[in-house]
Amino acid sequence: MSKIVKLKKGFDINLAGKAQKKIANTPPSDTFAIKPTDFVGMTRPKLLVAEGDVVKAGTPVLYDKMQENVMVCSPVSGEVVEVKRGAKRKLLEIKILADKEIQYETFQTYNVSDIKSLSREEATAQMVKGGVWPNIIQRPYGVIAKEEETPKSIFISAFDTHPLAADVAFTLKGEEEAFKTGIEILKKFTEGTIHINHDLNGEVSSVFSGVEGVQHNKFSGPHPAGNVGVQIHHVDPIGKGDLVWTVTPYGVAQIGKLFNKGVYDASRVVAVAGSEVSEPQYYKTYTGACVNKIVEGNLKSENVRFISGNALTGEKIEKDGALGYYSNLLSVLPEGDHADFLGWIMPKKEVLSFHRAWGLFSFLNGKNKEYVLDTNTNGEPRAFVETGVFEKVTPMDIYPVYLLKAILAEDYDNMEALGIYEVIEEDLALCEYVDVSKHDVQQMVRNGIELMQNG
Amino acid sequence: MKFLHNILEKQKPMFEKGGKLEKFYYLFEAGETFMFSPASTAGNKGAQIRDAVDLKRMMMTVVIAMIPCLIWGIFNVGYQHHVAIGEQTSFFSVDNLLFGARWVLPIVLVAYAAGGIIEAVFAVVRKHPINEGFLVTGMLIPLIVPPTIPLWQVALATIFGVVVGKEIFGGTGMNVLNVAMTARAFLYFAYPSQISGEVWTQLAGETPIDAYSGATALSVAYDSSNVGNAVTAGLANVNSALAAPFGDFSFFSFENMLIGGIPGSIGETSTLMALLGAIILVVTGVGSWKIIVSAFAGAFLMGTVFNMVGANEFMNVPAQYHLVMGGLAFGAVFMATDPVSASQTETGKWIYGLLIGALTVLIRVVNPAYPEGIMLAVLLMNVFAPLIDFYVVQANKKRRLARATV
Repeated sequence: MSKIVKLKKGFDINLAGKAQKKIANTPPSDTFAIKPTDFVGMTRPKLLVAEGDVVKAGTPVLYDKMQENVMVCSPVSGEVVEVKRGAKRKLLEIKILADKEIQYETFQTYNVSDIKSLSREEATAQMVKGGVWPNIIQRPYGVIAKEEETPKSIFISAFDTHPLAADVAFTLKGEEEAFKTGIEILKKFTEGTIHINHDLNGEVSSVFSGVEGVQHNKFSGPHPAGNVGVQIHHVDPIGKGDLVWTVTPYGVAQIGKLFNKGVYDASRVVAVAGSEVSEPQYYKTYTGACVNKIVEGNLKSENVRFISGNALTGEKIEKDGALGYYSNLLSVLPEGDHADFLGWIMPKKEVLSFHRAWGLFSFLNGKNKEYVLDTNTNGEPRAFVETGVFEKVTPMDIYPVYLLKAILAEDYDNMEALGIYEVIEEDLALCEYVDVSKHDVQQMVRNGIELMQNG
Repeated sequence: MKFLHNILEKQKPMFEKGGKLEKFYYLFEAGETFMFSPASTAGNKGAQIRDAVDLKRMMMTVVIAMIPCLIWGIFNVGYQHHVAIGEQTSFFSVDNLLFGARWVLPIVLVAYAAGGIIEAVFAVVRKHPINEGFLVTGMLIPLIVPPTIPLWQVALATIFGVVVGKEIFGGTGMNVLNVAMTARAFLYFAYPSQISGEVWTQLAGETPIDAYSGATALSVAYDSSNVGNAVTAGLANVNSALAAPFGDFSFFSFENMLIGGIPGSIGETSTLMALLGAIILVVTGVGSWKIIVSAFAGAFLMGTVFNMVGANEFMNVPAQYHLVMGGLAFGAVFMATDPVSASQTETGKWIYGLLIGALTVLIRVVNPAYPEGIMLAVLLMNVFAPLIDFYVVQANKKRRLARATV
């Protein structure tokens, strides 16, 4: 019983510098980092290693005091070279210098029939210890799932519609077995359905096509059609008291490999893309790779911003910074720190706009035009004025402005009634892009979620 | 231009926290951002790129959409003057332009100056950015007043509109009422003698010819229905010696009222120009086509209903006449679509527009003491817009709560 959902609302941001589908042969990054700030809701990270310690891939590095069993493990083997702390000794980054040859911590391996008979408890024990549990994100709130809870369904989005997003099928080439095993493991956690959601207009990759015992749904439409939150809303919406888990396809394969091979395999194919990259393409590396080696000699200009993740939901990192735990994309965009004479009224054709207000002619360029967008805010923050725009880029039965105003007012009842459980930052990221009044919509959403969690 | 920007940047510390002129930071900010869009970049987390649009551009789009009405208004003020004194000229003549500009531009300047000063004062005192809303308000107010309005009344009304209509609620985005309509209502109730009666033609001290009546279409309609004459006939009789500026139509014919060669407030005589503005607003997406369409539909429906009742001559005014008489078109296009004071939900916008149209005709017909129904209709619906939205949003909440499991 698969579902086909055709979405109309949304907006595709077609950026220049898409990664070509080839994997580069460059010397791999040698430094990798784990950033506790990548784990949303992790408030009290506890460090398990010190500078100078030698770790293997899969050695626990830190855990959250609030969820003590779940380990975050080192992606590579090597030496802990730096523990970076910020104000009030806040743990920011643990840097590990990788060995040439990666050594792995070994975990129990299982064959296909073993996996069938494996109990949920045994599976949980291996997953929390083996570093793959943080792949499982729960809705509401978009935080790491609690291992003792049971979701009503599990959602996996098999395509990504974000600007410059890495091609999911390409990055998982050859992971068919691992993915299948991962799904088998996940089945132990829910009595409901596991949904894999595909692009209606794309080909279903062999990674997903052979998977049985799950529901394959298809989605079409502009971004955010690929967002798992939007997909949940249309297939099995979250009501008050519901719990749904989401996992990325990469996460599923990583879980699979922990059981197939008995290792925490953090190797991943990441895309390096954006208008400022000379040769945008894919690289094979590990989770948390520092980007300096990758971008060295591969940039078109100097004044650029490195973004771990995509241009809509990503995070700015430094030139020697590292990709985030969940990130398989480095976007490099021009920094927009320029003031434009009469910039508020001059015609603009080269800056993509969802709007058609006076002088915004980008809609004349057609759909296939690729844009070089910089990080300029193109205006100043103002109160909410324009109405009906957020609704046009949010393909959900939600009134984003009312929800945001409820958040600002800290009105718990209304936040709940207006759908705070159904969204996380990425689902309203387009609102932040198109906003005339330049609100930090995603930060507001997170503030609202935190209020609900703590309230 | 870099040079100019550097000069501005050098002054900046003086206005920032701890600087000598810290109080005037928002004035500086307004000035600077009008010259240069700021060099600010997206934050570390979240959307790293932002749309090219901003509020200034949005507001300017509305101002640009009003320019056809303004230009028409300038020519028409001149045209009505020359017709009134028996010197009928072609509509787009230099004489009309110069005369119209002489009387209209001061009103525009005063409205912008008064609005700008009061915005600046509030920005400094209340420590908020200068709201671009006054770009629109400053243009709207001149277009909805008679050309004979004393300038001090323009200034007073603008200040009243901005302060009572907007600033006491917290500024642009927080206001309940449409600012320009608030200003218009203030004039209407505070200085009725300057905004009703024989005020619609700027005579500039000259004596009108006997054949000319400076009454508006609505008051002509009222007068003739009072004595039991068919309104269309009444309209045909007034100024019958004069021709319309374009085409072979009588002065108060449907066609001439559509084109707008009639006396009235400066910018709202021409339905055609308002529709041109509507096209700009709809194509640019700045104004809601739903509100515009439903406001016209509401007026037409209400007019039709009255036609069917037909209890007096005003009720018998053909429904399409309601669309071209008075300020309905201008109000529906530029006032009703103000995003802040209108309904904010898409369903709500249909209801809101429909009721504005219907109420306008209802007020015109049933209570002709207030011939300009659109003003009161918009203000009334401004007040009710949050209620409409409340029920629309409530339906959404109910759908969601229906599937809650706890």
